[in-house]
Amino acid sequence: MATRTVARKVKLGRLERPAITGVLVREVVNFSSYWRSATFSSTVEPTVYLLAFGFGFGSLVSTIGGYDYVDFVGTGVVATAVLFSSAFPAMFGTFVKYQFQRTYDAILAAPVDTEELVTAEALWIATRAAIYGNVPMIVAMFFGLDPSWGMLAVPFIAFVCGFGWANFGIAVSGFAKSIENFSYIISAVLTPLFLVAGTFFPIDQLPEWAQVLANFNPLYQCVELVRSAVFGWEGWVDLARLGALVLFGLLMWRVAIYAMQRKLVT
Amino acid sequence: MTGKLEVVGSELAIRLRGVVKRYGPITAVNGLDLDVPEGTCVGLLGPNGAGKSTTMRLLTAQSIADEGELQVLGYRLPEESKPARAECGVVPQLDNLDVTLTVEQNLLVFAHLYRIARHERRAAIESALEMANLVDRRDSRVDKLSGGMRRRLLIARALVHRPRLVLLDEPTVGLDPQVRQELWALIDALRAEGTTILMSTHYIEEAQRLADTVLIMSHGSAVAAGPPAELVVEHAGREAIEVYGSPAKLAEAEREARAAGYQTRRTGTSISVLGVDGADGRAPEGERRAANLEDVFVLLTGEEIE
Repeated sequence: MATRTVARKVKLGRLERPAITGVLVREVVNFSSYWRSATFSSTVEPTVYLLAFGFGFGSLVSTIGGYDYVDFVGTGVVATAVLFSSAFPAMFGTFVKYQFQRTYDAILAAPVDTEELVTAEALWIATRAAIYGNVPMIVAMFFGLDPSWGMLAVPFIAFVCGFGWANFGIAVSGFAKSIENFSYIISAVLTPLFLVAGTFFPIDQLPEWAQVLANFNPLYQCVELVRSAVFGWEGWVDLARLGALVLFGLLMWRVAIYAMQRKLVT
Repeated sequence: MTGKLEVVGSELAIRLRGVVKRYGPITAVNGLDLDVPEGTCVGLLGPNGAGKSTTMRLLTAQSIADEGELQVLGYRLPEESKPARAECGVVPQLDNLDVTLTVEQNLLVFAHLYRIARHERRAAIESALEMANLVDRRDSRVDKLSGGMRRRLLIARALVHRPRLVLLDEPTVGLDPQVRQELWALIDALRAEGTTILMSTHYIEEAQRLADTVLIMSHGSAVAAGPPAELVVEHAGREAIEVYGSPAKLAEAEREARAAGYQTRRTGTSISVLGVDGADGRAPEGERRAANLEDVFVLLTGEEIE
């Protein structure tokens, strides 16, 4: 096709920094008007999980897999916090921005392409996830989790994982016909993944097929990486986990761009 | 390298040739040709559904044409749309401001999106505020503004980077007459500065007042183009007769006028008998008035506008 070849030849300025910065500036300026509620929900929710499971369950089991139960849950819920502060805002925020506020129409009329728009939005959400993801760990420290140098890697892990889930959320939003469709994704995808991630109980108690499947769950990889960071690295295994998260992020990034391109450029 | 196209002998800010855009079974734009010379204001006039908004979206590559050639500021679309967009300002039909931000914050965001250099940002925002007469409201949140102010901010936002070309999609739709006139003054000032404008509208008066050239659109293509006054003379003559009366009388007048070979249109309370210059007695009795763009529109398309 003739047009295709032209497009390739003139593919100038993809992923330009000024375009990404512009979209990020919009998010940062907007954040100043809603940071309280965002911070509240992103910190209170995982803390509630932490307290409920830590004390509720923790009174029945004192140690699990060699960890104090509070330490086990406090590190595990980091992934939950990342999920809650990335996939959910991405799904709902994206939908609201193109459907109700028509923000993306305004942005794409400026010298910004869909690819840059999606990338900037995902980077922004991932940054928030990298910050909010630490909350459960910090709360757990008040309940006896010992500090360690590896904890400094947790924001980075949260960022990589958050980037993937942010793009997942954007993609879902791009494919969804209405905001009600999100319930299918939340019930059928996110809830199971969230429960079978080794957050609240170790997955080696699950049937073997479920254990194998869990390896494909990015949340599980995130949970395990965070535990390694806090309690001690496991070498190649951790590197493989990080690789899996990076792969998840890149894959979701391209899917999100595809979905939004389809939605926004008609 | 972007490299502008060598458009031979052209000072055209926009040049469309044979543009077709389909959405499933619907053809929204159907073989549209459009020229917007630099430094002029061109009005796209047509009823809802004529393809005006689709044309606007094509110009920012937010819709991709199925057929035809599109050039904006010498850039070929859609592949070179990004540099073209950098030099365009777009005022959308539907308000898409960030409502929880202040007036100034909205402008700041777009100063970034349009890549205004850091040291020029302040001045650019100030001059946009002044242009839109919003200096006093700079710290107001958008959701606290009136409809007219929001629309002015929408225009200011499109002008913050001093674009060469401004696309206005139904700039005064849904506003009351006083606010509309305020906006006309704003658009007129822009025009006086030499900014090229493409404006879509379904308000005849708006097109007549602001546009140097009007392109009448119907069912996705252009049916006539020219300066409003010339279009009127060419297609509707100089005068029309307005016949008032009871519905029965109107129906009769309509029948008579048609029998005498005149074209007519209903305007609710009256019948307009068109093209009655040098009337030779065949035309029905009524009030004579100057022909207008609306008459042209009806004559050319057989459709009522609005």
